Amino acid sequence: MENLLKNKQYNNKLGIIGWFYAGKYHIERYAYILHRITGFGLILYLLFHIFVTGERAKGEQAWKNIMDFLNQPLFKFLEYLVLVAFLYHAINGFRLILTELAIFLGKPASPKYPYVTSINRQRILFFILMILAAILIIFSSLEFFKLI
Amino acid sequence: MAIEKNQEIVEAKIVKFKVFRFSSEESDEPSFKIYEIPVKKGMTVLDGLIHIKENLDSTLNFRYSCRMGVCGSCGMFINGLPALGCHTQISHLNSDIVEVKPLPNYYVIRDIVPDFNSLFQKHKSVKPFIIREHIEELGNPTSEYFQTEEEKELISQFTYCIKCGVCSSACPTLATDSEFLGPQAISQAYRYSADTRDEGFLERIKILDSSHGCWRCHFASSCSQVCPKGVDPAFASQLIKREILLMRFGLKKKRKGAPITTLTKEVKRLEEIPEPPKRTLR
Ligand code: SF4
Ligand code: SF4
Ligand code: FES
Repeated sequence: MENLLKNKQYNNKLGIIGWFYAGKYHIERYAYILHRITGFGLILYLLFHIFVTGERAKGEQAWKNIMDFLNQPLFKFLEYLVLVAFLYHAINGFRLILTELAIFLGKPASPKYPYVTSINRQRILFFILMILAAILIIFSSLEFFKLI
Repeated sequence: MAIEKNQEIVEAKIVKFKVFRFSSEESDEPSFKIYEIPVKKGMTVLDGLIHIKENLDSTLNFRYSCRMGVCGSCGMFINGLPALGCHTQISHLNSDIVEVKPLPNYYVIRDIVPDFNSLFQKHKSVKPFIIREHIEELGNPTSEYFQTEEEKELISQFTYCIKCGVCSSACPTLATDSEFLGPQAISQAYRYSADTRDEGFLERIKILDSSHGCWRCHFASSCSQVCPKGVDPAFASQLIKREILLMRFGLKKKRKGAPITTLTKEVKRLEEIPEPPKRTLR
């Protein structure tokens, strides 16, 4: 019965677009998207990293070969992306650990219009941590490209 | 265009409504239809749709009842955000074109009418009622359970939920995982579990602490942004996560449900307060 009905209905599920399109939603939704993308990138890096370090087991020559191969601007750039992704993911993740333990979200109270929600209350934490992430990313970029 | 009202002539602005149309009898694919509507000050998107239905196209389907943000029937996707049609003034959209689509993450029955079966099933699954160990008292109450003003304040905002489903249509987790309980059900699970009169926390945990339960919420908090009643479901979701963790680590304080207030039989009703109507439920 349920299925018969569903056949006649239009499935309005957003699917994966719901993850990556934030449209008019507020800044934390964009932070969520970036968190997913950086998290995915870090997992890919981890797999690649295990593969690369695994080459050592095949002896010194194999290790040298892969090291030479990786010594290209492309991999240098990808490594830089890993650094940036790590810093963002770690710092935003720290915010999520706090907020998911309901720290910085304030106390429940009767809603009064215009509504102030827990997102508004944690936003100051969000901005402070994002500024921190930006500072760390700038300094580590300078260090990474040996500019200081 | 001018509209006559109480003898005074109010200049109306013409706004285009781009409305999502779907009928399985006509086509499997939805389409859009454009209507031009004279908009007066104070007119809501729902008023606009009613204008279309009455004057331009009687085949348009949408759901509403109260027209004042109470019944939770008129959730729709308006110019890129889910909202209540009756709660959104056209002039506040600051746009000459209003795009009206059905709420995302639900099946669409027809036009902009979403199927709320899944929403209500999930709401039901978290046992949204007071649970007590003393079943006899619950079934045949002798009096009210005691609750202070401060205790009420802990859950007050979550009790404002009108089950409009707007929050769940904003949730990115529900966009891919239809089994996920969603902000509506999770916030109601918290609303009852945090109620000092309730003793059902452990029963609700079975549903919440599962693979489609509260841990799927990643605090994208779009639900709280769009909730028209200030319920802040994302907040409730994080609060219940904390409660579950506290319980897992044995840190949650055990509490008994609130005591029963003085037996009503001993209390005399004040003269000016009328008798309640006869019970209709048995
Ligand atoms: S929490 Fe808010 S948006 Fe969600 S169903 Fe309840 S009233 Fe609607
Ligand atoms: S806070 Fe949680 S429940 Fe609310 S929209 Fe985000 S993922 Fe969904
Ligand atoms: S018609 Fe009742 S909430 Fe909009």
